[in-house]
Amino acid sequence: MTTVLELRGITKRFPGVLANDHVDISLNQGEILALLGENGAGKTTLMNILYGLYDPDEGQILVRGEEVSIKGPSDAIDHGIGMVHQHFMLIPVMTVTENVMLGVEPTKNGIFLDKSQVANRIREISEQYGLEVDPDAYIKDMPVGAQQRVEIIKVLYRNANILILDEPTAVLTPQEVDGLFKIVHSLIESGKSIIFITHKLKEVLAMADRIVVLRGGKVAGGAIPSESTPEKLASLMVGREVSLVVEKKKAQPKDVVLKVKNLYVQDEQKNVVVRGIDFDVRAGEVLGIAGVQGNGQTELVYALTGLLPSESGEMLLDGESLVNASPRQILEKGVAHVPEDRQRHGLIMSFPIFDNMMLCTYYQPPFSKGIVLQEKVIRETAKDLIAQFDVRTPSIHVPVSSLSGGNQQKVIVAREFSRPIKLLIASQPTRGLDVGSIEYIHNRIIEKRDDGVGVLLVSSELDEILALSDRIAVMYKGQIVDILDADTVNKEYLGLLMAGMKPSAAASKAKTSEKIVERVF
Amino acid sequence: MTEMQQQQPSAKKQNWLTKIREIALVPALAVFTGLLIGALVIVFSDANVLAAYGNFFSDPLKALFLSWQAIATAYGALFVGSFGSFDRLAEGLSVFFSTGESRQLLRAIYPFTESLVTATPYILTGLSVAIGFRAGLFNIGAEGQFFIGALCSAYVGYSIVGLPAFIHLPLALLAGAAGGAFWGAIPGFLKARFGAHEVVNTIMMNWIAFRLSDWLLTGPMKASGFRPVTPNVEHTAELPRLFADPLRFNWGFILALAMAGLVYWLLFKTTIGFELRSVGNNPDGAKYAGMSITRNIVLVMTLAGGLAGLAGSAQVLGVDHWVGQGFSAGYGFDSIALALLGKSHPLGVVLAGLLFGFLRSGATRMQSMAGIPIDIISVIQGLVIIFVAAPAIIRWIYRLKEKDINDDTTVLTRGWGR
Repeated sequence: MTTVLELRGITKRFPGVLANDHVDISLNQGEILALLGENGAGKTTLMNILYGLYDPDEGQILVRGEEVSIKGPSDAIDHGIGMVHQHFMLIPVMTVTENVMLGVEPTKNGIFLDKSQVANRIREISEQYGLEVDPDAYIKDMPVGAQQRVEIIKVLYRNANILILDEPTAVLTPQEVDGLFKIVHSLIESGKSIIFITHKLKEVLAMADRIVVLRGGKVAGGAIPSESTPEKLASLMVGREVSLVVEKKKAQPKDVVLKVKNLYVQDEQKNVVVRGIDFDVRAGEVLGIAGVQGNGQTELVYALTGLLPSESGEMLLDGESLVNASPRQILEKGVAHVPEDRQRHGLIMSFPIFDNMMLCTYYQPPFSKGIVLQEKVIRETAKDLIAQFDVRTPSIHVPVSSLSGGNQQKVIVAREFSRPIKLLIASQPTRGLDVGSIEYIHNRIIEKRDDGVGVLLVSSELDEILALSDRIAVMYKGQIVDILDADTVNKEYLGLLMAGMKPSAAASKAKTSEKIVERVF
Repeated sequence: MTEMQQQQPSAKKQNWLTKIREIALVPALAVFTGLLIGALVIVFSDANVLAAYGNFFSDPLKALFLSWQAIATAYGALFVGSFGSFDRLAEGLSVFFSTGESRQLLRAIYPFTESLVTATPYILTGLSVAIGFRAGLFNIGAEGQFFIGALCSAYVGYSIVGLPAFIHLPLALLAGAAGGAFWGAIPGFLKARFGAHEVVNTIMMNWIAFRLSDWLLTGPMKASGFRPVTPNVEHTAELPRLFADPLRFNWGFILALAMAGLVYWLLFKTTIGFELRSVGNNPDGAKYAGMSITRNIVLVMTLAGGLAGLAGSAQVLGVDHWVGQGFSAGYGFDSIALALLGKSHPLGVVLAGLLFGFLRSGATRMQSMAGIPIDIISVIQGLVIIFVAAPAIIRWIYRLKEKDINDDTTVLTRGWGR
């Protein structure tokens, strides 16, 4: 086995932060190396150094045994290193071919773009690795999973042998994740080597050959999947014991808080995406809405919170209609909303923490008198909240954009959970968060449930739904296919419903299995 | 965590200073660089200096000396024109203290007060554009709002006779502010209701205002006589002057400073400002938090129009006392640059307004004394704006490190529609 890449003693300091502290990592030919670590552990910094986006303060990079200096992405590509970023770098209005050839455009007779040559090459690569990408399709028409495959093609087109995949599963549906795993294996079979960055334990155990765990910028340890467990990895990542199971008592459901009857909602492009939904949420229970992203869950939540108008049907909060109510009226009736896209809806990124803590209540006493904001009260309250909700920040004055994803979410949770509420709508509450934050937010949601709040949980992570819910509604193509009791649910049956199978067919196909209540790490 | 909290008290003051440095550094260097390049233009547009450079290798000192002289004369005149001369001031003071005769002293401070007078409309229109930027709206209509404000104030000023000043003056000011506010509210409403882009509509409103004023000045509002101007406003509607003639320094400047304070308070200390800034920074987040985007758009355009209208009022009631064609010296357009230079912060706008006022006012003197065309000031202003709009140039020239520029940055415009 030959070592294709070696990092020796890589150290990178940012003002006040030691992002990488003498990190040693090596990658063998044909290996999948998982780089595991919480947000802020230094994974991305390390990979940016490898990709030439940062200069290391100390340390060496060796490619196939030779020391190299990588000053920028083009150097990295010259050495056969390619990176697939978490956020895709594609131009939506261009075709696959045009995106792939950007920067390395081949020409006919010196002036005309030779698209057909590129398209043929894409077809070859696509066939060789099972990528299933049409070179003539437009990026904007492709699902996220296919866009990611275009990113992989871009890297392969530039003859990369070492692929760095940065959090590649964060944006994918469960099916797309399976597809990605297959592609990764076919890449390995043809001799490529892969560094896979993630903080999801199960993925790592399922597909890596070897695992390196980073914590606080240092290598905290290594592991071989067959000899490790999620518990061991989680404690290596976090540095303490982490509970992988949500501790919760049996729910004590009381009266119905939210009643939804025959609800229809159109999305912003005027497609009907919620088609006649009925369900109840009771005080003191968690109703989980399971489903692959894009089956109307987003619009359902927007309609319930007043961000989108409903077409027809009824939404009742404690018997009062929410139809045509403004977001503010709904807030004031006691609905808390942890939005799916926390940076778009949940926060004003450039505002300091204390302003974001008051984003929904700034106009109410004691935070304002008349039109005058009571800065002192606001700041004192924000200080209390960051202590109470364990937001890790140097002060309440820093803009939320400088916080990690987990701490941004904690700001939202602090704001929404500290108001008097009857109903909590949490949409993808732990997406992209690290182990510690997921554990924290899950426990807080259960705490709210036990306080007698009705919780509507929307998540595309089946494990999260199973870990938190008391009842589970499966949503497919804008409709609720089935509502199940979480104590007796069968995971395989749920998966089949999410994939669009009819309840009767799914029931006969699913094997009986025990309920799994592990978190989504 | 505890470690971080312990560091906080000592770090806090320093943070504050670094923040000011971070915010003010680029605009300050932009002004400095603008003046520097302006100096080069002065040097190379001077025939004598150019001739000396022709013989640079035989007599390099002469070329350098002449260059220096040209720059010193020009900027010296600019300085004297905008601030006044120290000699005259000393002389004026000594005459005043020995004889009690103030005329010479007044003459000495005349350039300085004139600069403040010129700065007044800049500050008010700058605030108008800045408040729009804060809410994510691009108000190009300050010029039109300025005209409407001036016309409304003039009308109330000359048509109503016999009111005491303490009623007539506020009424005239209010009329100007209301006129401008109305003119700003129209594009605001069009955007909120129909999604029509405010950039296009404010430009259109400018043209309507210009042609409307042409018609009013040649028809309904025309004073008797040949010239297309309004009658003089009544003395009771004038903003009182603080010194004897010929000093035109009046309460308008103090009004502008007060408005800057008011805008600061409104933006940063009230729920109204919190909403405006939220809508400007993240409309989706603002909507989530229960704020009405449409209401805020109309509100901010009304406020912006009101401020620009007030600029027109102050100009007519404090300085000119009548309105004629070409009444504005492009204050409304310069104000866009000025708001950018001031980073849409009221204090920044006041400083930028003063800078523009002093440059403009000193330029006249520079032209008459040093023979440097007044347009050099436009060149310098243009350069300053380029540098402020493209801070990367300044960072590159001065080798500054790129800081995290994610603080309360303003969004110029958000594309078309809502």
